[in-house]
Amino acid sequence: MNATPHIVTSRWETPDAHTLEGYQRSGSYSGYEGIRAALNIAPSAVLEQVRQATVLGRGGAGFPAGTKWGFCPPGVWPRYIVVNGDESEPGTYKDRVLMERDPHQLIEGCLIAAYAIGAAQVFLYVRGEMAHAQERIAAALNEAYANNLVGKNILGTDFSVDIVLHWGAGAYIVGEETALIESLEGNRGMPRLKPPYFPAAKGLYMAPTIVNNVETLANLPWLMCHGVAAYKATGSEASPGTRLVAVSGHVNTPGVFEVAQGTTTYRELFYSEQYGGGIRNGNELKMFIPGGASAPWFFPEQVDLPLEGRTVGAAGSMLGSGAIVVMDDTTDAVKACLRIVRFFARESCGKCSPCREGTTWEEKILRRIMDGHGRPSDLDLLLDIADNISPGPYPVASHPEAGLEAVPFPPRQTTICPLGPSSVAPITSALRRFRHEFEAKITKRDLIPLSVEPVGGRS
Amino acid sequence: MSEAPKPIVVDQPVTITVNGAAIQAQKGDLLIDACERAGTYIPRFCYHPRMNPVGMCRMCLVDVDTGRGPALQPSCMLECSEGMTVDTENEKVKKAQDGVLEFLLINHPLDCPVCDKGGECPLQDTTVGYGPGESRWVEEKRHYEKPIAISETVQLDRERCILCDRCTRFADEVAGDPLIHFMGRGANTEVNTFPDEPFASYFSGNTVQICPVGALTAKPYRFKARPWDLEEVASTCTDCAVGCSVTVQSSRDEVLRINGVDNDAVNWGWLCDKGRFGFEAIGSPDRLQGPLELHGDDLVAIHWSDAVAKAAALISEGLRSGGPQGLAVIGGARLTNEAAYAWTKLIKGALGSDNVDAQLGDGLPAELVLGLPGATINEACTPGGTIIYLGPDPKEALPTLFLRLRHAIVEDGARLIELTSTESSLTNLAAASLLVRPGETASAVRAIRGGGGDAGGADVEQVRRAIDVLSGDGPVTVLIGRTSAAESPQTVVAAAEELMTLDGVRFLPLLPRSNVRGALEAGMSPGLLPGRVRRSEAAAWFGQAWPTIPQADGLDTAGILAAAAAGKIDTLILLGADPLADFVDRELAERALTGARSVIVVDPFLNESARRANVVLASSAFGEVSGTVTNIEGRVQRVTQKVTPPGTARADWELACDLGEALGHDLNFDGVEAIWAEFQDLSPVHAELSLEALEDPANIDGLLAVAPTEVQSEEPLDSATDSADDSDGASAEDPSDAVADPAESEVGDAAQVAEPEETDGLELVSSPDVLRYVAANDQVVIPATDAYAFRLVARPDLYDGGTLLSHSPSSASLVKEAVLTLNPLDFEKLGVTTGAAVRVSNGARSILIPVEPSASVPRGVAACGVNLSGVAVSRLIDSSSLVTDVRIEVQA
Repeated sequence: MNATPHIVTSRWETPDAHTLEGYQRSGSYSGYEGIRAALNIAPSAVLEQVRQATVLGRGGAGFPAGTKWGFCPPGVWPRYIVVNGDESEPGTYKDRVLMERDPHQLIEGCLIAAYAIGAAQVFLYVRGEMAHAQERIAAALNEAYANNLVGKNILGTDFSVDIVLHWGAGAYIVGEETALIESLEGNRGMPRLKPPYFPAAKGLYMAPTIVNNVETLANLPWLMCHGVAAYKATGSEASPGTRLVAVSGHVNTPGVFEVAQGTTTYRELFYSEQYGGGIRNGNELKMFIPGGASAPWFFPEQVDLPLEGRTVGAAGSMLGSGAIVVMDDTTDAVKACLRIVRFFARESCGKCSPCREGTTWEEKILRRIMDGHGRPSDLDLLLDIADNISPGPYPVASHPEAGLEAVPFPPRQTTICPLGPSSVAPITSALRRFRHEFEAKITKRDLIPLSVEPVGGRS
Repeated sequence: MSEAPKPIVVDQPVTITVNGAAIQAQKGDLLIDACERAGTYIPRFCYHPRMNPVGMCRMCLVDVDTGRGPALQPSCMLECSEGMTVDTENEKVKKAQDGVLEFLLINHPLDCPVCDKGGECPLQDTTVGYGPGESRWVEEKRHYEKPIAISETVQLDRERCILCDRCTRFADEVAGDPLIHFMGRGANTEVNTFPDEPFASYFSGNTVQICPVGALTAKPYRFKARPWDLEEVASTCTDCAVGCSVTVQSSRDEVLRINGVDNDAVNWGWLCDKGRFGFEAIGSPDRLQGPLELHGDDLVAIHWSDAVAKAAALISEGLRSGGPQGLAVIGGARLTNEAAYAWTKLIKGALGSDNVDAQLGDGLPAELVLGLPGATINEACTPGGTIIYLGPDPKEALPTLFLRLRHAIVEDGARLIELTSTESSLTNLAAASLLVRPGETASAVRAIRGGGGDAGGADVEQVRRAIDVLSGDGPVTVLIGRTSAAESPQTVVAAAEELMTLDGVRFLPLLPRSNVRGALEAGMSPGLLPGRVRRSEAAAWFGQAWPTIPQADGLDTAGILAAAAAGKIDTLILLGADPLADFVDRELAERALTGARSVIVVDPFLNESARRANVVLASSAFGEVSGTVTNIEGRVQRVTQKVTPPGTARADWELACDLGEALGHDLNFDGVEAIWAEFQDLSPVHAELSLEALEDPANIDGLLAVAPTEVQSEEPLDSATDSADDSDGASAEDPSDAVADPAESEVGDAAQVAEPEETDGLELVSSPDVLRYVAANDQVVIPATDAYAFRLVARPDLYDGGTLLSHSPSSASLVKEAVLTLNPLDFEKLGVTTGAAVRVSNGARSILIPVEPSASVPRGVAACGVNLSGVAVSRLIDSSSLVTDVRIEVQA
């Protein structure tokens, strides 16, 4: 996979890539040539190119950007573009690096998208905690404004667009696009129900709004410079191009990698020297989260799957935000489960009852089990609470040893947004695979994970 | 709680299948409503038919198939479309309902035995109906301080709260007072106020009513009763003239709570806090228990027989010495329609005096109110329509009308042109807000109609916008009333006349005081007789039914008071009116009470004016009397007795009958039904309005009194038929009814009536024409202000020092202190500081009052609330001048 082109990471090694000069000088394409190329053709032609290239959304759902843009109701103005830079799922840090190291690439991507759909206003919503990214983008925006790359009559054409940088206040849920729009409008970051509020039809200020992930837009300058064919040369037919994955956990060399979409396998990611460099201390892989904390877990049987949306979905999980968390066999499955559930309980916005009450209840039960106060009935209770948040069979990986089939993605939900069902993922994943670990904590009051040999040996 | 789906028109029917049965629904109607209309109730907490859905509680999840396979979806967010298949009770739905209820209950304290909501609690009811039998929760529940006061009247128990967003949505979306909000996140989310800012909304009580649990409770009702001990009757709020439908709830003969009822034509279920909590005054220990008589310098309790005899003696003494023109009645707006008619019949029809006025100088000429083409509230709020508003701040004067207007503008695209002297609650909602110099509304109206001029000083840009709005499509409704008591009604009349010529324009009069319109319709205005007719034109018609008819048009309140001050009034009857507090010109009212030879007061309270009476007759109050009232639209609605009056207080209509009998004129009424029957027969606009029709559930929103026909040529035929029908109908009901009498007995008694056809009058006298307002086109020239003077604006304030609030313990602390509000720039000019007392004088009289700055008041204007506690600004107003200019001096 050495042939994987650097579409979005080509300037990460350039120390001054965050400046206009550095952006234009280095990298796999010339900075701001993409927008020049776009401005030479009609907006509809730009949209068509993005559609043909099948630029998949890199935020989580993997929806093709060109198709999404096409949902704007014709003849309705103004339209807005909102850039979702509120990356905050545990384990996810790819957009942060993109924004810190190559802010102009994102700005140029915004311009191309704005030109294609006819938006005159772009809102760049950056997570509140990412101070460095915000500073870099602010500086880059100032430079771009000063050089007539953003603002009125860009590059002497009649194309004008303003880009507004907005700092989030630190809520995970604002990564959900309708909650992000609410937050931008100055309200509490709480999701809107869709239908009727599909942002492309009724988004920011009830106007058509396209919400795109940072990485999605960062792909556009390269695409405009090199064309659709070059873009589709990498990756699989259904998932062309590259994507960023953030590998963390028990690998030797964690980090953000740009890999060919659809063809690279998890095994390569974990064990290749180019990427993860193997499991730490030569331990065995126990499980891994293939697409951020909200994704159902995978186990060693799934390690040869490619990073391809449909395949991973059929296997019972999702590519999600590209955050891969690797856990070796020293990991306490119950504790890992609690850790993730606790995150969702803390981050639940409180809007709908099943998520608000259910996630906290799950956390309290898991906490109790961890503390040695579990009851045998708690495990079925956990699963039933999970079922009341996400009814029906929950997506889960197959378990050949136990003869259990995979349940494909996505889950159903009684909630407004997927946050509540996300909290179910670790519970169903861990309980289906490691029920004995939970039972041991309950029946034997054994607070030490079975699979872990305590330091100094067990007496 | 009446939270049924709001009425809709089905003009785009679609067929949907609900639990296997096909039903017709309106396309786009919310599924939850469509199912309920078809008889299938879907449980819910956050959904309220009068607020935008949010889909938060997830209780209304149902299994819906719109062609892409069945899925659980919130029925409050889903619009009906053709072919939709819905299952509201399959196992999937039941599991989800069980689940949601269990979630809502895990942190709910279950302190139902000590919770005011217990017994009428949607959470209890829904749990019994749709929930799991028991909870699997064994953890510690969420804890908060119980309860916290979020305003003077509302308390919040956050432990009970299920975070349905109803109260917060109401405050934000409906009331426009976003003073309560969610705070915190996830399971720690709570509803609360902003730090140090109370939930000081005029509409806060509605949140208590719509709370689906006992989280929000109101001070006046807390721990007063259990719901199963309450009895209730449907009635109509009479605190202002909007006419909100309410239910009056009592236990052990004491009114304990008033709740709003959804009236699609009026209040949509909402109430203002004054209307909701003002009931405490009914049970006030300060209520008059019986009649009083002046003995020396004191009013002492006497027997009713003596009181009536004494009052009758005063009246007949006065009639003997000064004739009918020496008898005058002020007030009547507090009465029911029936009581108003009984008093009109007594004073005008038996004693022959036309000096009767239900308004206290702060209203509009009755001919304007009754004679302009009328609009209903719904017509004024037509989506996409244009509203021209020139009147008192609706939030202060007619609060629920403000909610309706706000909804029309914010949600339904109505456009508002506001003409006002100081910024109001509508200013931020208006498409054009013209800040006009006090008294110069008419010239502003001329300007927006393209007539040029200086538009009363209004901003040119706003005038341009108003012209633009007026040039649009859609119906135009004018909401018209007195912005300021310190201006003559002539200034409003001039503006109304400028607007009358607008194509298809309709008017909604904005009058203060509860049943003022009903009193005017019942003839309690000089020159008028019951049913919107002129005395001069209807003498023959009424001559058939009444012993006498006034010979000439009488005096209005200002005229009566002036005549009394000049010693020309022998008997002044104050019918639930307190001119000292309520008349715009306090000085004149004081002189009048001194000048009148005798004063008879009919009132539930011993108010300031009543202390100067010769005889005080204790009357019943709201909740103690049945009958009907009429709101600003002319809508007739029921009021119902729920409790007995205190002591021996009597209904106002009974007092009219008692006095009539003592004076030798039997009014022939044995109950309110008989009064209404006679009124209905004589009034040309109430012909269709029988009490039976009002009882019909189809007319739950009340019935409009409308002129029979506008086509003149058909009228004689119609009225002849009407009259014949009426007497038939009346005799069928009750042979002894007063209606049958005019032709037989009473006309015979009526010696004074100049009426040739004495016996067969009914066939020959046609009912009089309903009055139509004809522009007088009087020139109203507003004098210029001199450079040192301020023009006074005396505006209404909801929390005024009136009887109601001052006798309601929970709300009494809300009564505002009088302050004079000036533009901050005028502060510099005068050299005063906030809170400093200034002397304000009109040349003849002066008051001492503290000042406060506000940019909502233009330069050169001094604004003050009327009837506030502390200082009476009405001392400065001369009711005979067009505007009131004052000098302000800093006190050393």
